[in-house]
Amino acid sequence: MQPTSHAFKANVDKALGDATLQTALGLAMLGFGPKRRSAVERLPEFEALREEGRRIKNQTLEHLDYYLETFERNVTRWGGKVHWCRTPGEAREAVLAICRSVDAKTVTKGKSMIAEEIALNDFLEENKITPVETDLGEYIIQLRHEPPSHLIAPAFHLLKEQVADVFRSSHTELDPARSLVEPRVLCDEAREILRPKFLAADVGITGANCLVAETGSSIIVTNEGNGDLTQTLPKIHIVLASLEKIVPTLEDATTILRLLARSATGQEFSTYTTMSTGPRRDGDLDGPEQYHVILLDNGRSAMLGTEFQDMLRCIRCAACINHCPVFSAVGGHAYGWVYPGPMGSVLTPKLVGVAEAGHLPNASTFCGRCESVCPVKIPLPKMMRHWREREFEQKLSPAPYRFGLSAWAFLATRPALYQALTGVAMRVLAAFGKRRGHFRSLPLAGGWTSVRDMPAPQGRSFQSLWAERQKAKAGR
Amino acid sequence: MPEQPIRVGLFVTCLVDLFRPTVGFAAVKLLEDCGCIVEVPRAQTCCGQPSYNSGDRADTKAIARQVIAAFAGFDYVVAPSGSCAGMIRSHYPELFADEPEMATQVQHLAQRTYELVSFLTDVMGVTGVAARYDGIATYHDACSGLRELGVKDQPRRLLRSVAGLKIAELPGAEICCGFGGTFCIKYPAISDRMVGDKATEIVATGADTLLAGDLGCLLNMAGKLTRRGTAVRVRHVAEVLAGMTDEVLPIGAPDEAVS
Repeated sequence: MQPTSHAFKANVDKALGDATLQTALGLAMLGFGPKRRSAVERLPEFEALREEGRRIKNQTLEHLDYYLETFERNVTRWGGKVHWCRTPGEAREAVLAICRSVDAKTVTKGKSMIAEEIALNDFLEENKITPVETDLGEYIIQLRHEPPSHLIAPAFHLLKEQVADVFRSSHTELDPARSLVEPRVLCDEAREILRPKFLAADVGITGANCLVAETGSSIIVTNEGNGDLTQTLPKIHIVLASLEKIVPTLEDATTILRLLARSATGQEFSTYTTMSTGPRRDGDLDGPEQYHVILLDNGRSAMLGTEFQDMLRCIRCAACINHCPVFSAVGGHAYGWVYPGPMGSVLTPKLVGVAEAGHLPNASTFCGRCESVCPVKIPLPKMMRHWREREFEQKLSPAPYRFGLSAWAFLATRPALYQALTGVAMRVLAAFGKRRGHFRSLPLAGGWTSVRDMPAPQGRSFQSLWAERQKAKAGR
Repeated sequence: MPEQPIRVGLFVTCLVDLFRPTVGFAAVKLLEDCGCIVEVPRAQTCCGQPSYNSGDRADTKAIARQVIAAFAGFDYVVAPSGSCAGMIRSHYPELFADEPEMATQVQHLAQRTYELVSFLTDVMGVTGVAARYDGIATYHDACSGLRELGVKDQPRRLLRSVAGLKIAELPGAEICCGFGGTFCIKYPAISDRMVGDKATEIVATGADTLLAGDLGCLLNMAGKLTRRGTAVRVRHVAEVLAGMTDEVLPIGAPDEAVS
């Protein structure tokens, strides 16, 4: 998808003015925080688990080449194939070549953020292959021709009435008399449509929550079981994963999954955890005939050894998103690309360029809630600040803003001048603001007073009053 | 004879210095009441957060060097702000990580720097104050104090000792008010939504007073509350703890004596 992150402010205005979206966001945000909190309270060693998750990911990143090559060796040993792809283009071509090798007409898909990152659906359609999303949320947004608004709840931004509407307009055989009020009925309706598509698909594409180096396995977790049908029924299973999904051992993977479910949905473990190791073997009752792993770099290896390396620990649980007051106000689409919220504000500038996505790391109050819930302790505010440093160096921020900052720094490093000038300014402000106690508008402070009053200062500065007090004391 | 008294350097913070000097005097009173000797270095202005959070490391360092020099030699450095104390305590060491020759003095300053209320309780062992405030207050946990310095229970503990004061807890007390320094002027629409939600929650508690430990957040919330025409009185927690609420009107409140 074409990023619209540069239009973040316009996206924000649109989101804030969309009453339906605001209702949906309000409802959707209610659940995640308390569920995570309750899961964390039930596990006294959760903090230790976070520390272990951080350690595993750091250790893996220190030796990423070794674990990736071990993974490939083990995938190959079990009869699968790893495709190393540097760019989204290479990944799309690799998927297409595999699909063409069996003359695929339809492809079922489990949820995959990498598929979004490489814009796979549009590409498959251009090449006359029909992708069918099988995760309920993904299915809904596919029908609506829109991108996901959340990492783990792609239709986070919709009310159930909007889901019913899109089913009525898309499911041509749906009885107009059938009530679609209950969420359960919506789920059944999607299931009835999807079931034959699972059976008809030539290729199944899933993401991966972990790639396990020691066994050459990929692991997905779902709560709907759609991933199992996607990867087991068709002749070919393609796994789309970015390279930081790798962990050394199965034991490490279970640590990550314990963190993931609790951080994401407040579950102890996701309903379905499915491991795939190579294609069907002799004697197996089911499974695909071919097993492919598309291993995408897309700039990630270039993050190693930089101030952004810690971001590669991310396990895509969305806890940072679910606890972000900015995301909660504007929803995921406002961020203008695939990854929303705090993790997106760090990752998106890397993947689409800081000139395109420069707003995102700035649109944070640095309240730190994201970092406090991150299961692998990624210092998200610090990394957003690093992006601001890059933007400052490249002079990407608006000139008046930069001028204001320089002026402040100039004054702040000259205390006598600072005290003289601010002293005058505050006295003037205080004189004008005394009666009302605040200002409805102020020259040069429109950003502030457009939405709130500016409280008037008391009048004298602390420093001047303190100097008087000290003088009086000395004179006594 | 008691031990040598503790010498505290007061980091006033730019907002308190310019907007609300009473908070500074409240801090001085609270510190002196528990036996500290308070000094206020003249060569202080700002902690550097506006530059730091805007990606301007060079200017941030220049400002930080001034702070480090001005506050060398005190037993402790105390600020009536979790945000500025957090800047010195958590971020200065990171800022100078590439200058090992600065490490000793930066670490020395960082380790001795505290937010006011947590300094009173955690370092000075203060368990109560002799103050009176008639009202029902709700308390907002400013983000940096809460998450960088662990300031949560300390202000509530001291507020419980204030005669006449009842506390009505704020449901979303740990959620950001939407100030965020320059954020609130760069993204006013988002900030408006956040502070609007905050104002609604504050009013819903039924409290007549809003307290917090950071003036930036207080100016933001007070500005929204007056814009909405609510009568909630907004004050820095130090004013109440020091019993100095008679000396100054609530933040943003009209002066009825002036016609």
